[in-house]
Amino acid sequence: MDIADTAQHEGPPSFAQAATLEFRGVWKRYPGSRDAALANLSLEVPAGDVCVLVGPSGCGKTTAMRLVNRMIDLSEGDILLGGESVLGREPDELRREIGYVIQQIGLFPHLTVAENIATVPRLLGWDRTRIAARSNDLLELIGMDPDEVSGRYPGQLSGGQRQRIGVARALAADPPLMLMDEPFGAIDPINRERLQDEFLRLQAQVRKTIVFVTHDIDEAIKMGDRIAVLRDGGRLAQYATPAELLARPADDFVARFVGADRALKRLALSTLAEIDLIALDPAGPGGREQIGRRTSVRDALSMILGGGGRPLTVVDEQDRAVGQVTLELIGRALADPSGAAGQPADVDELPDAQPAAAADPGRPAA
Amino acid sequence: MLAAVVIPNFGGGGATSCVQENRVFCFGWLRSNWRGVLEPALVQHVVLTVIAVVVGFGLAMALALAAYRHDWLERPIGTVSGVLYTIPSLALFEFLVPSLGLTRTNAEVALVSYTLLILFRNILTGLRGVPADVRDTARGMGMSARQSLLRVELPLALPTIMAGVRIATVTTISLATVAAYVCDQGLGAPIFTAINENVFKTELIAAGVLAIALALVADGLLVLVQRLLTPWARA
Repeated sequence: MDIADTAQHEGPPSFAQAATLEFRGVWKRYPGSRDAALANLSLEVPAGDVCVLVGPSGCGKTTAMRLVNRMIDLSEGDILLGGESVLGREPDELRREIGYVIQQIGLFPHLTVAENIATVPRLLGWDRTRIAARSNDLLELIGMDPDEVSGRYPGQLSGGQRQRIGVARALAADPPLMLMDEPFGAIDPINRERLQDEFLRLQAQVRKTIVFVTHDIDEAIKMGDRIAVLRDGGRLAQYATPAELLARPADDFVARFVGADRALKRLALSTLAEIDLIALDPAGPGGREQIGRRTSVRDALSMILGGGGRPLTVVDEQDRAVGQVTLELIGRALADPSGAAGQPADVDELPDAQPAAAADPGRPAA
Repeated sequence: MLAAVVIPNFGGGGATSCVQENRVFCFGWLRSNWRGVLEPALVQHVVLTVIAVVVGFGLAMALALAAYRHDWLERPIGTVSGVLYTIPSLALFEFLVPSLGLTRTNAEVALVSYTLLILFRNILTGLRGVPADVRDTARGMGMSARQSLLRVELPLALPTIMAGVRIATVTTISLATVAAYVCDQGLGAPIFTAINENVFKTELIAAGVLAIALALVADGLLVLVQRLLTPWARA
C-alpha cells in the first residue's frame, strides 16, 4: 500500500470512457414457451447515460439486461457495445468488461471487502499493488475508510454498506458499462433514498453507461437519463427522458404505469431556479413566505397549497428575493411542454457538478 | 483358578498377578506393552483411517462434482453409496476376502465405501447451499465455471464439507477396529487378541480407550482446521 501511495494516484480514481449500448431488434424466446420474453427490442443508450428499464414483473426487463452480458443468450437480433456485437465476444471476457450489480448484491461472504473488490482485477491479472491501490481509491470514492473496512467480511457490514461495496466491486476494473438489477431493492426506504442520491453523485463523477432495472417508476424517474417502459410480452411501450415520459405518455398503459400523479412527478423534476419567475411587485403585500430557488417546483406547489394559495417569494442562496411563484405560474410551466418542467433534471440532481464535465461523458480522465 | 489355565501367554512378557487374575486394568501391562503392541496398533489405525478418508474424500468429491453438474446423477450415486452404507461392516469385510484376501486393501475398500455416503451427501449439500445470488455474481463478473467452483462455490461449501469429513473420520476410526478381522492391523488387532484370550480386560480397555481418544483428537484437529480455513464463518 505504501508503494501505491505515490504521485500516480493522487486525487480521485480515473475512469475510462463509457460506451454506447444498442439493442437491435432483439428477441428472446424461451424453449417451451409460446410467448416471447422480449419482443423486438430496439433502443440506443448514449455513452454515459443511465437507461432505466422499468415495467411490471414479467415484462422482460431483467431478461433484457442479462442479454447484454450474455448471462442469457438472445434468440434473434443483436446487441452492440461500443459499436461491437456482444455475440462475437467470449462470454467470460465480455462479462469482465461489464460491471454487474444485482439486488442481493452477491458479495462473496468468504472474502474480505478488499478481496471482493479485487475480484475482476484478479481475473484480469492485475498485479497486487495496482489492485490494492484501486481498492483503496474506490472505497474512498464511496465514502468508506479503507483502513477500517478493507479487512472486514460482508457479514460484518450493514445492508447499505454491502450495497455500496457491491457498486465499488462492479466499478473495480473500470468497465465502460454497468448493469444494475434493482440494486436498491433490498434496502429500507430511508437508506434507499440516501443510496440513490449517493449513487447519482457517484455517477456524475464516473459517467458510466448504465442499464438500471427497477419496477419502481419513482426510482426510474429519479435515476434515469432515459427510461424504457416495458410491458407484458417484453414489448417496449415507450423510450424517453423522464420529463417526456411524464409529459407525453405514449399510450394508456404508460400513462397508468407512470401514475395519475404524473404532473406532480414532472414538477419534482425541476427546481424554481429553472422556471421563469414572476417579477416581484415592490408595492405588493410583504411578509410572504419565502422559499429557496433550489426547491423543487413540486415542493413549492405543496407549500402554496398549504398556505391557502398565496404566492411565495423565491430567494437565492444569499436569501435575496429573486421573484415570486404562484399557482398560475406552476400551471403554465406544466402546460408548456418546452418549458422548464420539460427539461432534464440534471441541474437539479447535481448542483455541484461542473457543467462542462457533466455534459461531456467523453471527457478525458483527470 | 480356571482362568490361569486357559490364558497361556497374556501379552507376552509382563505376566504379573494383575494380569493373571485379569483384573479390570493393569498399568504394568500397559507400560510394558505400549511399545510392542499398542503404539504400533495406534499408528496402523491412524494409517488405516487417513487412507480411507483421503481416498473416500477424493472419490466422493469426484462423484459429488459430477452430480452437481448433472442433477440426474444424484439418485444413482446416492442409492449405490446408500446401499454400501447399510451393509453390516463385518459382512462386508468378510465378503471381500475371496477377491482381495486378508489384506489391508480389503480393509480399505470396505472403509472407503462407508465414507462415501456421508462425504458425497455433505459435499453435494454444501455446493448446493451456495446462495444463488453469489453464484450469479461470480458468473456475471466473468469467472469461468472452474474459477467459480474453485474460488467461490467450494470455499463456501467448506463448512458443510468439513462437517462431513468429521463424521466420516470418526466413523472410520470406529469401523477400522473391525477391520482387524481381515488384516490384523490397527487397534482392532489387540482388541481381537484380548477377546480371543478369554477377554483380557486390560488390553481390551486400553485399545478401546485409545480408539475413542483417537476419534476425539481427530475430531478436535478437524474443527481446528475448519476454523483456520473459514475465518469468515465467525464474522
